[in-house]
Amino acid sequence: MKYFELFSLPINYNIDLALLNQAYLQLQKAVHPDKFAHKTSREQLLAVQKSAEINDALHVLKHPLKRAEYMLAERGIDIRAEQQTLQDPMFLMQQMELREELEDISLANDPEEAVEAFDKEIKTLEKDFHQQLTALIEQTELIQLERAADIVRKLKFIYKLRDELERVEDALFDD
Amino acid sequence: MALLQIAEPGQSAAPHQHKLAIGIDLGTTNSLVATVLSGEAKTLADQNNQVMLPSVVHYTQNGIEVGANAFKNAALDAENTLVSVKRFLGKSKADIESEYAQLPYKLSEKNGIFNIETCQGPINPIQASSEILKTLKNRAQDSFGGDDITGAVITVPAHFDDAQRQGTKDAAELAGLNVLRLLNEPTAAAVAYGLDSGQEGIIAVYDLGGGTFDISILRLSQGVFEVLATGGDASLGGDDFDALLVEYFKQQTTQNELDAPSLRLFMSKAKACKEALSLYKKVKVVLEFADQNHTVEVTKELFNELAAPLVKKTLRACRRAVKDAGITNEEVLEVVMVGGSTRMPIVREQVGHFFEKLPLTSIDPDQVVAIGAAIQADILVGNKPDSDMLLLDVLPLSLGLETMGGLVEKIIPRNTTIPVARAQEFTTFKDGQTAMSLSVLQGERELVDDCRALAKFSLKGIPPMAAGAAHILVTFKVDADGLLSVSAMEKSTGVQAEIQVKPSFGLSDDQVAQMLKDSMSFAKEDMQARMLKEQQVEALRVIEAINASLTEAKNLLNETELAILEAEIDKLIQLRETATTPEKLKAGITELDNASSDFAARRMDDSIKKALTGQSVDQV
Repeated sequence: MKYFELFSLPINYNIDLALLNQAYLQLQKAVHPDKFAHKTSREQLLAVQKSAEINDALHVLKHPLKRAEYMLAERGIDIRAEQQTLQDPMFLMQQMELREELEDISLANDPEEAVEAFDKEIKTLEKDFHQQLTALIEQTELIQLERAADIVRKLKFIYKLRDELERVEDALFDD
Repeated sequence: MALLQIAEPGQSAAPHQHKLAIGIDLGTTNSLVATVLSGEAKTLADQNNQVMLPSVVHYTQNGIEVGANAFKNAALDAENTLVSVKRFLGKSKADIESEYAQLPYKLSEKNGIFNIETCQGPINPIQASSEILKTLKNRAQDSFGGDDITGAVITVPAHFDDAQRQGTKDAAELAGLNVLRLLNEPTAAAVAYGLDSGQEGIIAVYDLGGGTFDISILRLSQGVFEVLATGGDASLGGDDFDALLVEYFKQQTTQNELDAPSLRLFMSKAKACKEALSLYKKVKVVLEFADQNHTVEVTKELFNELAAPLVKKTLRACRRAVKDAGITNEEVLEVVMVGGSTRMPIVREQVGHFFEKLPLTSIDPDQVVAIGAAIQADILVGNKPDSDMLLLDVLPLSLGLETMGGLVEKIIPRNTTIPVARAQEFTTFKDGQTAMSLSVLQGERELVDDCRALAKFSLKGIPPMAAGAAHILVTFKVDADGLLSVSAMEKSTGVQAEIQVKPSFGLSDDQVAQMLKDSMSFAKEDMQARMLKEQQVEALRVIEAINASLTEAKNLLNETELAILEAEIDKLIQLRETATTPEKLKAGITELDNASSDFAARRMDDSIKKALTGQSVDQV
């Protein structure tokens, strides 16, 4: 898990974001191209590469979904580029219902209240999935990791809903 | 007059000799240059004690005028006087014609380069910008007693796209400046304030200039300025407020069409009226043109009413940026005001109201950007080896590729911290397809037509395969200046294609080199001599850099490696004395650079290790 090593952090899905950020700033202070502006072009090139690598590592570790995908990939299950659909009729049904609910928000009597209620609903779901994921992702057995991957797939749906809720909110309250 | 440097007793001036570095704010309306002298950043004034150089270039039969003199001619010779030329950087003729209806210029386009026809022939916006930069460079050089300038930091609006950044950099090169860094204007402003106050937290920078608006949300902690989000509008600025008044004047004087000189007059009167309204409740404007004489009265209320939609537009961008940064308005600790247009009382009021804070205006909003750029330039040339300051900037606009059906696939989303490298796989669309055409786009919209096309290139020689079987890995790399390069590779065969993205309507490297040559009035020998001198300076820089690294970390090399590297250094030292052509010396520099590559890589890994060890020691 070289990203965790890069920041000298323990391999753990529940990452300490404050520590991560602190280590990130320390590393950038050491390798950022600005620190090599008066050095040789070789060093400047290396600095750009390293700095980009550190930015990418931060980007992956900071985001819960990307972090989970990365950890799973390092453990042999790479779902980052997959097109596979989820085989869980119950979950998909729930998603359809949530989508309908989302579409109706703009028609509600009090859209602001409807946005908040919906936000609460998906936050509860998100929290639940995160808890399940935390328990599964540390396991070593393949079957557990496959289950973790399924949770990540479900979380992707939840995050998409969250993005769309934001879009609805923008449309409602901008201006 | 040259300033003599005096070292402190017991301290020699070498090896940390003070290098001359400047920060330039290349503005739409005005441009400035600043430098750090005796630890203090100051803007430099011209012989008439003027700090602001109007960004106006006047082309006459006899030569080129820049600044106040050029500006005086704006109303008299509008066709040949290029005003606010920064708005045209990195744009095509079509872009400009659709954006600005009222321009007094003759536009033309040749070989994909957009020009303005002047009495000195076709002039492109990069050339005009370089005249402004040259003037500032000369001003700085004069104040240093003619000494050479080691490097410059040039500021750009945060939301400048790749084409506009590239255009700015080309203009600086054309002016003979060594560009240390392109720096976003709001970031520069935050640096100017941040180092002053020394506080930590979230800073919002509201930058309303002559032609552009930017909002940036930054976090300052442990000496690191992190840009969390930027937003804004590339074509909204003080000039638009003027344009509203011009329209109002036209209405009041019942004019539909104005000739170039009258339009120029209306524009300058509008500007003066707007500025006066920052101080007075009511302004009377006298308009004398084409045998006509009118007096138009403008009240503050009327102006505020006209301006309100524009101010509101900026606040909408503020809301979006706050959201993108993942913070709330309450978390904003300070609001920094940048740009002359933030002098308008309605702007200060509305922005203060929006962030529920009194905006900071203690540093002159016209000078704050140049001052920040000078501070950064001073650090980048190595004048402050112990400086802890670091700027982490973001990509202002998403970068992507065109895919089937005119859609955009985003490769790097906006507000990603730079430098950054991201790759994505694509595949072929047809059976037996052997080439792939890649169109690089920048912008936020989903459709290709709504984004800016930066460049097109193709990957050829893909072995014929079934549709969807080839794996084409496309890598986008953005450096610390925000400039993009793209490479594509077919994974099974390793067939590659690579381009440094040069915008379709910008200039190619060859064109820049040619213009540089044309602009120099030297004979070829002088040119050679100048280039040789440049390489000698570069050789010395490389030798010093490697020697400095060796002093710090000799232990990373074993005896044999050290001996080899030292021999290579000696070789370049000798070559620097004896080389007669710039090409030979350049080859020697590359050789030493290659010989030091292992050492450089080890040093980099070593500093990474040390960075975090240092941290855990701190924590104990």
